[in-house]
Amino acid sequence: MDSASLPFDQALFPEGTKRCKLKWFLLWIAALHGPLTVGAIAAVLCWGLALNVTNLNNNYPFGLWIAADLGVIALGAGAFFTGFLRYIVKIDELKNIVNFAVVIGVVCYAAAQGILGVDIGQPLRGWFIFWHANVHSMLTEVAFCITAYFMVLLIEYLPLVLENRQINKLGFFHGMAHHLHEAMPAIAAIGVFLSFFHQGSLGGVPGVLYGRPFAFREGFLVWPWTFFLFILSAIACGPCFTILITWITEKCTGKKLVKRNVFDILARISGRLLAVYLVLKTIDTIYWIALADKAGAPFSSFYANQPYGYWVLVLELGALGVIPMLILLGEKTRKNENLLILACVLNCSGIFMNRWIMTVQALAVPVMSFDKFVPYIPNWVEFASTLLFVWAGAIVISISYRYLPIFPQEKELNPQ
Amino acid sequence: MKEAHHGEGDKKTYRYGMVVDLDKCTGCGACMVGCMAENNLPFRKDNSDRTRSMLWMRVYKISNGRTFPNSDISYIPRPCQHCEGKDHHHATPCVSVCPATVTDYSHETGIVSQIYTRCFGCRYCMAACPYHVRVFNWWDPTWPKGMKKYLNPDVSVRMRGVVEKCSFCYHRLQRARDKAYAEGRAELHENEYQTACTQACPAGAINFGDLNDPHHKVYKLKKDPNAFRLLEKLGTNTKVYYVSSKAWVRKAGNAYTGMQGDVVIPG
Repeated sequence: MDSASLPFDQALFPEGTKRCKLKWFLLWIAALHGPLTVGAIAAVLCWGLALNVTNLNNNYPFGLWIAADLGVIALGAGAFFTGFLRYIVKIDELKNIVNFAVVIGVVCYAAAQGILGVDIGQPLRGWFIFWHANVHSMLTEVAFCITAYFMVLLIEYLPLVLENRQINKLGFFHGMAHHLHEAMPAIAAIGVFLSFFHQGSLGGVPGVLYGRPFAFREGFLVWPWTFFLFILSAIACGPCFTILITWITEKCTGKKLVKRNVFDILARISGRLLAVYLVLKTIDTIYWIALADKAGAPFSSFYANQPYGYWVLVLELGALGVIPMLILLGEKTRKNENLLILACVLNCSGIFMNRWIMTVQALAVPVMSFDKFVPYIPNWVEFASTLLFVWAGAIVISISYRYLPIFPQEKELNPQ
Repeated sequence: MKEAHHGEGDKKTYRYGMVVDLDKCTGCGACMVGCMAENNLPFRKDNSDRTRSMLWMRVYKISNGRTFPNSDISYIPRPCQHCEGKDHHHATPCVSVCPATVTDYSHETGIVSQIYTRCFGCRYCMAACPYHVRVFNWWDPTWPKGMKKYLNPDVSVRMRGVVEKCSFCYHRLQRARDKAYAEGRAELHENEYQTACTQACPAGAINFGDLNDPHHKVYKLKKDPNAFRLLEKLGTNTKVYYVSSKAWVRKAGNAYTGMQGDVVIPG
């Protein structure tokens, strides 16, 4: 190729890869800054004018933000779980997607912390959760583990940065990247340990609310059953989210980046885990009906207030649970790319719906007999400030893809 | 005497609580006004949105849903229930979940406290409370011109972004203790520590005192056969009792929403 037609920043690209011209790339990044600015304005409104600019109220102390928070952390489980499968279970093929899973994980966990930064009423006091920690609170465990795990993710992301073609020429950074790679199984193991705890503790957040029969679950020692269900559902959907974002990246770049057998491994594991989850979730649901009845809360009362009718349960477990499970379990369906992506979309939507149910619907159900049901629909401030992290994540992924060697199979799949 | 907790040694413990006679309550709202004035509760020009108004004491109006001549109503004043917890590791619903130890259950007084300057506004405690007693400061508190001079100097004004709730007028307990100490007494008289809502109630429906002390009025009242507590089945073990001669009111207070069907209509 004529050197004049090469992108201005091509010396920074991973070896043997092709990228679009810098001006197109900058235009794409600038375009992402449009909605990102709207989100930033929404966040500034929350910080500047207080949370009265949202639709949250005393009946709904938790709203879209908390549901999204729990959702993105579950979706980000693809990072630790792929690391677990790659470095501990030693499924070698996953080395071709584990880097991207880490990038997605960084984005998800940064988003979760960013959303919380907008959600809490006094963001400047956020550190009190560490300073005045209440060891009995599930949220304390979540805060410690998420922060620690985010650091682990950054350590996992660091070698990718150091392996940039130009940075890697510097001996120190080359050596550092090498040593970090060597240590990666140990780092991944720490990540797995931390992730299991915070994914579970996020399930514990609604599960311990014994004043709210809709959310409350009994359990094992200090952990309600939701603790274990949240871990299982996160590792069942995380790999699907990794597949989905990889597929979207492929569509945006117009290239194949990962071989389909890698997708297939993740999809198969995801399907099996989803099946186990759905069996346990069904048992939990039956047990929950009996438990709620014991607390004087008839099952029908949980679904007596529209829009939270029985359809919620059917949609969550059926359309967003059983259907993706069947697609992911069947070899033929799994290998059909359109069906695979449909299953991933349904699976990831199911996680969001489950997290919404366990936080927002749990608060929507009146408890006292003289309580009134109050509807809640998030307003633009909540939507924009949540989506802010989607746009920011797209920017991080775009820059990472352009300059870092994330996809080992890219060169082979896209010969020059 | 109750077992001492948290290194309180052999200090005497109290269980401050309330008994509200619903047969006497007229729903006048004086308790709400008294509470707001005493505790420096902010309000807005239009304070009609109950989902965002700052009320530590809220009076609910309920109806039996029947038509004349069988229709009946009752009012339920609802302060913080100061739950002791029972079956769940002795944990008060809100205390066990607060990640920053902002709220605590005092085993010495039975009062659930709140440290406003430590609260960072995660609102997990609000999600945990089935009684909606906790309110969030959605706005910075503002006062009509000149009203700042009339704020209670014993109660700190809360800033936006933090959760607050009824404290059983804890500052009054501190004041009463100081007075008793100055007079060389270890014990308080029943009338020395009374909440603002109790004193504001013109019908004498709200009674306050030590639920453990046989000399206090609340000790006898809580044993009334018509006494009940809100949502007993949940095991929150509250310290606010209600007395009503009407069976449907007792059922409404004690039961979870779904049990009532169309019998109780919130006012």
